[in-house]
Amino acid sequence: MINRQSNIYTVIYAALLVIVVGVTLSLVYQALRPSQVENMANDTRRQILAAARIYPTADKPVNVLYDEHVRDSFIVNSSGKRINDDTNPFDVNIGEQVKHPESERLLPVFVCSTENGTKYILPVYGAGLWGPIWGYVAFDDNGDTIYGAYFAHQGETPGLGAEIEKREFSSQFDGKNVFNAQGDFTSVLVVKAGREPKDGTPYVNAVSGGTVTSTGVQNMLHNSLEPYTSFLKSLSHSDTETR
Amino acid sequence: MKVPQSLIPLINPFSKDNPVIVQILGICSALAVTAKLEPAVVMTISVTAVLAFANVIISAMRKTIPTAIRIIVQLVVVAALVVIVDQVLKAYAYDVSVQLSVFIGLIITNCIIMGRLEAFALNNSPWPAFLDGIGNGLGYGWILIVVAFFRELLGSGTLWGYQIIPQWLYEHGYQNNGMMILPPMALITVACIIWVHRSRNKDI
Repeated sequence: MINRQSNIYTVIYAALLVIVVGVTLSLVYQALRPSQVENMANDTRRQILAAARIYPTADKPVNVLYDEHVRDSFIVNSSGKRINDDTNPFDVNIGEQVKHPESERLLPVFVCSTENGTKYILPVYGAGLWGPIWGYVAFDDNGDTIYGAYFAHQGETPGLGAEIEKREFSSQFDGKNVFNAQGDFTSVLVVKAGREPKDGTPYVNAVSGGTVTSTGVQNMLHNSLEPYTSFLKSLSHSDTETR
Repeated sequence: MKVPQSLIPLINPFSKDNPVIVQILGICSALAVTAKLEPAVVMTISVTAVLAFANVIISAMRKTIPTAIRIIVQLVVVAALVVIVDQVLKAYAYDVSVQLSVFIGLIITNCIIMGRLEAFALNNSPWPAFLDGIGNGLGYGWILIVVAFFRELLGSGTLWGYQIIPQWLYEHGYQNNGMMILPPMALITVACIIWVHRSRNKDI
């Protein structure tokens, strides 16, 4: 009979246990990895489509819908020029990009054809009260008017800041312009219900009780969309030229 | 009704030996995942699976485990099972795994699991240990589901994501109780269940 209390037995037992558990876990990870990656990609696709007001249904899963609608995607720099490298716009980590100075950012653009014409979907990323908030904003092909917006958050307060993910909040952005009459980028402001900006900048109502998150959305839109200024303007120019 | 002796580990945790309302274990996760019905059900299944398998594995190994590192061996087994459950959820139930986020990982620290391993699996053979795991997992789960039922119904007006409170009630001024969504109301709901349970079982 082996002595179960001896040090040697204990050390060997622990080592064997860790090896067995380690091997098992790596096998499980290897086996499940492909479907996990697919799930995460589909979640991103769902969010991109939600900005263009396209929602998956039971008979049209999100990956089919995405291939159907998103015709093209590319990366631009802050002067609006396309960057031709091998990075897939889909894989660009927006949270990482917003830390860089504007001129060095990789700015992904997703071109989506909808029943209301071609839309350009741009990712946005910022900070809420408790953690990151992010989203996608779809623009009409005049590069000025917002067609739809989608926001998500990691852990904002349920019932308060978390309301930004609801359509009741994001639908307020539909039809707002991000450039003023002089062609300057103004973004869209998020202000307390009942107030309005003095200079006539487009605004939406903040979530009541979610002031910090609402301000976060306003800052996120400004910071993430401003680098796209040249790109958005180039859209309206090419539009007038063809006319 | 007389319960056969062999099924006692399975039946007892539902009422007289309930881990949540009698032993007051696993309260933290009962607060965290009960705002909606769906995560509560997934959490129940996850905890039951982890508890049943951990009980069986530890029970099968019980004659070989060196007593000096007994707790560590139990932790390693539980942690491995929890990681597997987390990975499976990410692969097959992605939406729910996003909702449950860190709470799946925190099953490791659920007092019920280590408690059952120490108190039962180390002294019993695998089959009773398996029944004990299933019984305690479901005993924990039914409390979660009852709490989630009331929190989702009163807090969001829905059950399993479907609208239950009719629209005309809202038009007449009915409001969802936002307080129900927040953790304190889970404690109060659990307390109400304990109250009802104790008044029906005077011997506890």
